[in-house]
Amino acid sequence: MANLALGAAMTATTELAADDGDTTGFFGWLFYSDGFHAPTVEEFFPPAIFGEGTIFEFNRIMLARVIAAAVLILIFWLVARKAKVVPTRGQSVVEMLLDFVRTQIVEQVMDKHNAKRFLPFLTTLFLAILAFNITGVIPFINIAGTSLIGLPIIMALWVYVLYLGVGVKQHGLGGYLKLSLFPPGVPKGIYVLLTPIEFLQVFILRPATLALRLAANMMAGHLLLVLCFAATQYFFFEAAGAMKAMGTVTFAAGFAFTLFEIFVAALQAYVFVMLSAVYINMAIEEEH
Amino acid sequence: MTALSQIVVLAADEHSESTPNPLIPANYDILWSTIIFLIIVGVFMWKILPKLQAVLDERAEKIEGGIRKAEEAQSEAAAALEEYTAQLTEARAEAARIREDARSEAGQIVSETRESAAGDAQRLVETAQKQIDAERQQAIVSLRTEVGALASELASRIVGESLKDDARQQRIIDSFLDDLEAQVSSDKAKG
Repeated sequence: MANLALGAAMTATTELAADDGDTTGFFGWLFYSDGFHAPTVEEFFPPAIFGEGTIFEFNRIMLARVIAAAVLILIFWLVARKAKVVPTRGQSVVEMLLDFVRTQIVEQVMDKHNAKRFLPFLTTLFLAILAFNITGVIPFINIAGTSLIGLPIIMALWVYVLYLGVGVKQHGLGGYLKLSLFPPGVPKGIYVLLTPIEFLQVFILRPATLALRLAANMMAGHLLLVLCFAATQYFFFEAAGAMKAMGTVTFAAGFAFTLFEIFVAALQAYVFVMLSAVYINMAIEEEH
Repeated sequence: MTALSQIVVLAADEHSESTPNPLIPANYDILWSTIIFLIIVGVFMWKILPKLQAVLDERAEKIEGGIRKAEEAQSEAAAALEEYTAQLTEARAEAARIREDARSEAGQIVSETRESAAGDAQRLVETAQKQIDAERQQAIVSLRTEVGALASELASRIVGESLKDDARQQRIIDSFLDDLEAQVSSDKAKG
């Protein structure tokens, strides 16, 4: 890999001088290659658009989030505005999505009464995560809004506060702590081991894993895609001879990973919401 | 080796300086994701979307059909109820009419019976009256002859054979009876 990169760099420097005029136009820029760029963590820290160095620093990833949120709101506003009993195609798709969250996630975990209570929150969560994830495969955005851990942390904290809140509301502070730290039906001696584990579980691991799982999945997906695309660019426009053929392989891999990322975008939204529903249900159930 | 890696770094630096646009991703990212995206969209529109649309249309049709069927059933039920109510009203009216008819008929029968009974009674009374009258007449006639005969016999016994002449005898009896009758009627008037 290092040799490859080096070779690429050498050819790039020579070609850069020759094709200087070509790189000015849009297509010149688009088909331009100056060596193989292995993706780094820098992918997730693009240059700031404004507010650099402040807490309001706004970059491409923030922009992706804003676009995803705006499109999500726009779609649902348009559908809700003209909602009818006999649905149009668009309304049917939206209804199927909402139905999926209700029947396949929330009602699988909770009883009907609680499902109705938490459905608005969990549906919003699902749709938001799906929208923020899917930007990773949309051309010109090319980054998932959830691939920077800030957004997953906020969403995980929201779930965390919610399940702690409903747990305390349901059982009282002492009751909830006793229920979650000293699960019934266990010999007394085991609590020495079990209680610290349960404490970690309830107060630290659940929200942390929620946020990390989502962010890590989206980061890995983005790195895989960029790796494939960068390699394809290099092989097709820079490498000579038989090496060009390698481009088809990396392109096929990029294609496969794009499809996989679409699947992962939906899967991660499903997993996040499913686990949130489970945590909330654990907090409100009498015994678990 | 170190010289070569320096070149790589230099090239990379040069590139990142030449394209510092923070709004869009790297050129290779855009190019290949766009191509793949277009292929996916193409396949989706060509193969998957028509099938999906058929399913969605079917769903809408099913819902619409269900609603229409329910509406039909409801209107049918309403019509049946209306018909039933109408029939019930009609039946009630008919029952009332029949009752009314029966009542008036019964009244008629009663009055007819009463009338005929009254007529019968009248007739009976009249017949009885006539019979009484006839019998009275008969009695008067028979009395007249018998009383005349008895009286003449009595008178002839008293006055002898002089009154044997029939014509004279009859005349005397008649005048006697007339006198008698006049006397009776005057007695009656007096009494």
